[in-house]
Amino acid sequence: MPQMGVSVSEGTVTKWLKQPGEAVALDEALLEISTDKVDTEVPSPGEGIVAGILVGEGETVEVGTVLAVIAPAGSAVPEPTPEAVAPVAAVEAAVVPAAATPGSPLPAAAAAPPSGNGRTFVSPVVARIASEHGVDPTSIPGTGTGGRVTKKDILAHIESGPPAPAPAAAAPLPSAPVAPTPAAPAPPAAVRPAAPAPAAAPLQQGEVEEPMTAMRRGVMEHMRRSLDTSAHVTSAIEVDLSKIVAARERLKQEYQAAYGVNPTYLAFVPHATVETLRDYPWINAELRGESIVTRPFVNLGIAVALEDGKGLIVPVIRNAQDLNLLGMARAIADLATRARTKKLLPDDVQGGTFTITNPGGFGTFHGTPIISQPQVGILGTYALVKRPWVVQDELGQDVIAIRPLMNVTLTYDHRLVDGAYSGGFLRDLRERLENWEQPE
Amino acid sequence: MPEKTYLQAISDGLRQELRHDPRVFVLGEDVGVYGGAFKVTQGFQEEFGPWRVIDMPLSETAIVAGATGAALMGLRPVAEMQFADFVSCAWDHLVTVAAKQHYRAGTPVPIVLRLPSGGGFSGGPFHSQSPESSFAHIPGLKIVCPSTPADAKGLLVSAIEDANPVLYFEHKHLYRRIKGEVPDERYAIPFGRARTHRAGDDIVVVTWGAMVHTANEAAEALEQDDVWVEVLDLRTLIPWDRAAVLEAVRRTSKVLVLHEDTRTGGFGAEIAATIAEEAFEHLDAPLKRIAAPDTPVPFSPPLERAFIPQVDDVVAGLRELAAY
Repeated sequence: MPQMGVSVSEGTVTKWLKQPGEAVALDEALLEISTDKVDTEVPSPGEGIVAGILVGEGETVEVGTVLAVIAPAGSAVPEPTPEAVAPVAAVEAAVVPAAATPGSPLPAAAAAPPSGNGRTFVSPVVARIASEHGVDPTSIPGTGTGGRVTKKDILAHIESGPPAPAPAAAAPLPSAPVAPTPAAPAPPAAVRPAAPAPAAAPLQQGEVEEPMTAMRRGVMEHMRRSLDTSAHVTSAIEVDLSKIVAARERLKQEYQAAYGVNPTYLAFVPHATVETLRDYPWINAELRGESIVTRPFVNLGIAVALEDGKGLIVPVIRNAQDLNLLGMARAIADLATRARTKKLLPDDVQGGTFTITNPGGFGTFHGTPIISQPQVGILGTYALVKRPWVVQDELGQDVIAIRPLMNVTLTYDHRLVDGAYSGGFLRDLRERLENWEQPE
Repeated sequence: MPEKTYLQAISDGLRQELRHDPRVFVLGEDVGVYGGAFKVTQGFQEEFGPWRVIDMPLSETAIVAGATGAALMGLRPVAEMQFADFVSCAWDHLVTVAAKQHYRAGTPVPIVLRLPSGGGFSGGPFHSQSPESSFAHIPGLKIVCPSTPADAKGLLVSAIEDANPVLYFEHKHLYRRIKGEVPDERYAIPFGRARTHRAGDDIVVVTWGAMVHTANEAAEALEQDDVWVEVLDLRTLIPWDRAAVLEAVRRTSKVLVLHEDTRTGGFGAEIAATIAEEAFEHLDAPLKRIAAPDTPVPFSPPLERAFIPQVDDVVAGLRELAAY
């Protein structure tokens, strides 16, 4: 099981793309795995015949666990039967060791630093990508100077893997059980997950069961743990966004023309939030044992819903305090695109210190989000709606005006943050948003 | 939108500012009756009179010092050096007084120095230099280097509105060679925001001034190699858009820094060092610098061509980076 990012400790085999007895080429996609950060294909580290599969589909194992054995073509491997997918068959095959394919270490070895055969130089960016993906760069054919592996080579290596057989690839695990009636014939070649949920109540007529993705399991575990950990309190404030609406109108054309970036409202709010957090370090803090840890930087998590509405991911904008409005708009657009197209790297979702979630796109005007641990605050932004609003005219008289208003909530951990402190934060944030001035 | 030359855009922009703000006035050698060495202020004295378009004696010291005094008294002077090279005569007033006045006394010095700079027409060592890096090193000065007519106008407006001394480097070789659409209305382009002159994902060229066009031609030539080169125009050196540069470096992982100024201590070195400090782990090739060699600008046309980075030089550099 390759190391898919520094904090990932285990992964689940979701699908074997090669069965025992099948030939596999170097770098050809061998299996699909799922971790709590990303789902990805694992390319074959060597060329030969799949001699045995040690970890079945649906099983979760620790990083470094041997998943399969690949024997060189032509060596005596017992022809496995389709049922041989079960771990048993692999035991003897496992004695065909990695040495059988010289120069191509088993996936387990990939977690170690690149073997560095001294053949070529590994550039900083290639080294970084290799370590993030648990890939040995010396195992990739290079197209650069002297056979050097370029950034493009390693990215192509990680992203490609030859297209797996169409129907199987298009329908990951859950597809099999979605048959309309329980009486449907079992799909001939489909391999059931090795460990389905323990038998609970039997399925009733019309009910459909599907296994949980690693992401769902991660979300499930995290939400429960967060509520068990923090003392959640939510405060809300109404913000008049007239100036921001005007500023956005002004900037839209310039940003679009000059930078190809759309300055959405979801760029102004984070920008102002990060500025405000400077004055409220405890909202950008963490409770670590008996200590309170604050920091001079903001790693801003932005909650992104996946396209189908099932599952969410919280990519992090590092050092958000260094970004101007344009940088913020760009960073958000980039993360959102990569989140939806599954191009996020594991480390993109680590290390957040404060999070913003924006369920307002659906028109909701209030919510009580759950804090992303171990943070102590999450800001919610809601629908921007025109509402009648009492303002003062130039004579100081109260009048009713039509103003674009947005509700903003701060959900905070009352173990650390008190009501007055959070109220001050929301007030200052509103002040910043209502008196927005585009810095030059 | 009307199409204008780079020179016309500067001239029209400056005229618009004189009409817009009575505090703005122009001073320099031959800016009045003669209309300026390059005719940027032609017709200005007729329209605004000799007290707002002032012919000064042949003394850059007097021009910069006079502008500084006027700015301290609340005016918005725009001073012209006939050639950027001559601003060195006013070094002391600019660097010792204007750049430090706000820090020492809390009184801003909103002056603009228009500095026709750059080579490419056999002007020789006194009339062809690109001295922007020397001044970028002085805290308290802002440095602007527009490359297109639209930027030239918008950045001039920001320069005049800025509360600090601004050195506005207008490249002589672009004056009548480069044309582009320029809005008639008044608009300001903020400092410190780079502009993507041409998009690409394989290599980024970070540059400014006339080299933007050299880089663009070279980038077009690389298309036949299926290599897509981004040209990032910094537009202003102080402040410079570090975020945009670092973003492009992270995206492309290969960088060429290009400038017409000489190599050693050039502003490209500052950009290179910043990339090494902040984006080391995103590099897929050694950063490449293309700049003029460390000599005075030669008179001889073949020598001057060898001195100023040419399209072919940039193409060769880009090919090396692409193959790395």
